Amino acid sequence: MGFKKLINSKKALSLVAAFLLLGTNVLMAQGTTSADPKAADSTSKADMWLGVGYYVLLVLLACVIVAVVGKILRVYDLSLQMQGKKGMNWNNVIGVICILFLLGGLYGVYWSFAVQGNMILPESASAHGGKIDFMFWTTTVITMFVFFITQILLFGFAFKYRGSDKRKGYYYPHNNTIEKVWTVIPAIVLTILVVFGFFTWRSVTNTDNLKGDINIDVTAHQFAWEIRYPGKDGRLGQVNYQLYTPNNVLGVNFKDRNSFDDQKADTLVLPVNREVRINIHAQDVIHSLYMPHFRVQMNAVPGLPTFFKFTPTITTTDMRNRLDDQKFEYLLYCNKICGGGHYNMQKVVRVVSEAEYENWIARQKPYLSDQLKKELHLADASQPKKAAENRIALNN
Amino acid sequence: MSTLAIHDHGVAGHDHDHEHHHHDTFITKYVFSQDHKMIAKQFLITGITMAVIAMLLSILFRIQLAYPDKSFPLLETLLGRFAPNGRLDPQFYLSLVTIHGTIMVFFVLTAGLSGTFSNLLIPLQVGARDMASPFINMLSYWFFFAASVIMLSSFFIQKGPAGGGWTIYPPLSALPKAMNGSELGMTLWLISMVCFIASSLMGGINYVSTVLNMRTKGMDLWKMPLTVWAFFLTAILGVLSFPVLVAGVVLLIFDRSFGTSFYLSDIVLNGKIMPYEGGSPILFQHLFWFLGHPEVYIVIMPAMGISSEVIAVNSRKPIFGYHAMVYSLIGITTLSFIVWGHHMFVTGMNPFLGGVFMITTLIIAVPSAVKTFNWLATLWRGNIRFTPAMLFAIGLVSFFISGGITGIFLGNAALDINLHDTYFVVAHFHLVMGSAAIFGMLAGVYHWFPKMFGRLMDEKLGFLHFWLTFICAYLVFFPMHFMGLDGVPRRYYAMTEFPAFNHWLSVNTFITWAAITAGLAQIAFLYNFIHSIFWGKKTTQNPWNANTLEWTAPVEHIHGNWPGEIPTVYRWPYDYSKPGHDADFIMQTTPLSETMSSNLPHDFEDNPAGLQQYNEWAKTQRSSEEVK
Repeated sequence: MGFKKLINSKKALSLVAAFLLLGTNVLMAQGTTSADPKAADSTSKADMWLGVGYYVLLVLLACVIVAVVGKILRVYDLSLQMQGKKGMNWNNVIGVICILFLLGGLYGVYWSFAVQGNMILPESASAHGGKIDFMFWTTTVITMFVFFITQILLFGFAFKYRGSDKRKGYYYPHNNTIEKVWTVIPAIVLTILVVFGFFTWRSVTNTDNLKGDINIDVTAHQFAWEIRYPGKDGRLGQVNYQLYTPNNVLGVNFKDRNSFDDQKADTLVLPVNREVRINIHAQDVIHSLYMPHFRVQMNAVPGLPTFFKFTPTITTTDMRNRLDDQKFEYLLYCNKICGGGHYNMQKVVRVVSEAEYENWIARQKPYLSDQLKKELHLADASQPKKAAENRIALNN
Repeated sequence: MSTLAIHDHGVAGHDHDHEHHHHDTFITKYVFSQDHKMIAKQFLITGITMAVIAMLLSILFRIQLAYPDKSFPLLETLLGRFAPNGRLDPQFYLSLVTIHGTIMVFFVLTAGLSGTFSNLLIPLQVGARDMASPFINMLSYWFFFAASVIMLSSFFIQKGPAGGGWTIYPPLSALPKAMNGSELGMTLWLISMVCFIASSLMGGINYVSTVLNMRTKGMDLWKMPLTVWAFFLTAILGVLSFPVLVAGVVLLIFDRSFGTSFYLSDIVLNGKIMPYEGGSPILFQHLFWFLGHPEVYIVIMPAMGISSEVIAVNSRKPIFGYHAMVYSLIGITTLSFIVWGHHMFVTGMNPFLGGVFMITTLIIAVPSAVKTFNWLATLWRGNIRFTPAMLFAIGLVSFFISGGITGIFLGNAALDINLHDTYFVVAHFHLVMGSAAIFGMLAGVYHWFPKMFGRLMDEKLGFLHFWLTFICAYLVFFPMHFMGLDGVPRRYYAMTEFPAFNHWLSVNTFITWAAITAGLAQIAFLYNFIHSIFWGKKTTQNPWNANTLEWTAPVEHIHGNWPGEIPTVYRWPYDYSKPGHDADFIMQTTPLSETMSSNLPHDFEDNPAGLQQYNEWAKTQRSSEEVK
């Protein structure tokens, strides 16, 4: 009570107001002087505390206002009671706020859907993504229906059945029929969604016909992606992490003949309408290969190679035209916490026509760089020597 | 019969207590207390403290997200090397996220919620003198306290607290060189969690044994309030799943400190080939989520129990479908053990297994839906009294709907491909288990504050607290759904590296200010809470006109809860507004013979003698009416 008295006394209030005024003045003054570079250092410290003090005062002021309003309400309530009337009916007040919240909330949801709903990903740029999007919109329609009904009932009931001394609640402990109905209906709806979802999922992660038209290795490490194309033979050489050297960051095994024509690339370029299988590796911690425009995501797990197979259907140029944004790029980024640089681990993905792809892939450098050749003594060496080298490396 | 035997023993113990417990010292009364009411208060106050700390941490990283390019000299003053030049260090940002999540999930919503209300309400609502083992109960709190101290101490070490996210997936958490947050901070995190789990197990075993063995005369399982049912099932869930986390954590400690390879294989870190071979990071995920998923139900079920009780009391109506409510809790408890794989759809787990987990996951939505509908039906034609507790319970229902619905998206493996680890997930779980559970906890605090402290909290401040928090929570989490649908990943230090995310910057700023407002709204609660403990209005014995046993105990706390004999229970706890009775509530301790005019044939289901009596009484009533 003592505290309440304190914050309600006029003196304290005027003191706070004076402080605020002073704070504003000093803050403004500092704002102008801090432009002077000499004084910048000492004033910035002072500035900082003043800025903080200012906000603290604002909060205190808000608290005082709340306390004052509380007091006023209380005085009003007491005066009503002194006149022999009933005090304020808080049940009515809160009931009305419930309805206002419901209306405001419904409008907010509408606004959010209209404005922020337009900021979400564009249509899927992959073949399987269409199924996922259809599934998504079906689920959205069903769940939003439930959402609106239940929220309206919740706050509607809260308003309609707000308490009064004249009524009693309706003693209605159970009704087995109703309960069965609202157990069975969600069960049916969920069964439909489950079956639908299960088959979509199975078709997306279909493991028959394991190879895609193009096999690409994408390897994650802190904090970058390495991309390796299979070269002319269409096959990727094997990798072994123990073969890692700074020139052979993927640990490609050159005992495997398929390795020789492997190519490395800076951008993930994919031909449109061809099935792509991305083999996903991680070298240090778990990363996640996420390409949201294609509805593709799979974790990159050290020691457990994973893959994702999909077919891009819209070229980058087409998508730019559709979105009317000439800077648009498909992206691949990391979506599993992997350390300090997690927030900036991205690669550009480009979907191009078949001809452009052929043209581009022909220009990519081989993974087996000159330095790596030197390291492996491959430059002028014969096959047996290389094999011996590798054996030593492996035995290590 | 065993119930009766133990009950008698309790009475004897009580008499014994009366003679000696007036000599309580400060230490035995307030510090190493073995009284369940005091331990509940200890849990509550520690939980609230941890919640405030975790909330401040969240505001720190929200500031970073709202103003990624701005420097705040104050941050450097406060955080030193963790915020060089007034900007958060990216690794420290991840530590903040990690510790925020850990504290909120485990320390606030598990220990703070179950610890407080299971301790307070189980003995009081089932009619027991104290917990089955008061000493273990005391240990439970002190292990929890030690865990809290260890967790917070990691802010004061060179490299800062653990930073691998609250799920601490190895190899990130297993390789100290992978990030600052995987060094000593992670070791402290693991030690803290082992203490925490020990605390949680001791608590859980106590709750289960108290509910099973120490119920008062007449209190059969189907007469227990839904709160006790929820705490009971939560405790079972915790006792069965937490040990698995210990296993996971201990193996991780081995990998970190003793060179084993349970979770590690094929690793080249910063150009160094590591010797680990043959382990699987996925194994940890299985072990973690085998607890981790039941954990979210450990968090939400007590909140559901509390709000069921609060909604019934304040609607002045019996809870609709009491049996259905219990069976849905049992269903959730059982199913929650077989859904953990839905956190792992895209981790490289066999896709077929993903399909199976999807089916079980969507089944668990059925009991959750039943609970929601039953709450709505309880409100229908009620006589709703808006106490702050009631508002928070309604808020829980609203959050549970909003967040539960997005669970149907995330539980669907096909949709999870694109939603996994985005802000959509953040929005989902913050609504369905974060906000909902904290609202359940606050409902409990407002409702049982008179029981705990013998005084009432201020209602008007409660209203202010509720509306500010409720509205701001929606403002914070609702827009996040759309960020997730745009493919914005969670746990990103800044979105500035992605021009495509630029259009979310203003939304991020908005969310941050909503979060700060919500944070400030808690001042209303803290002031109200602390002020009311000392200067609040004195309460009457049964301020809410509720039926349950705790309101038959005297306001002044005594050791053993009831002077004299423990009251006997004659009826279920939800006889509100029963027709034919003058008051709109009939306490559980009122025998049916005293309320002849309001009895229903249904009340005598397992009681043929009573039914016969009732029929005779009804016959005489009818004949006397005919005479008139």
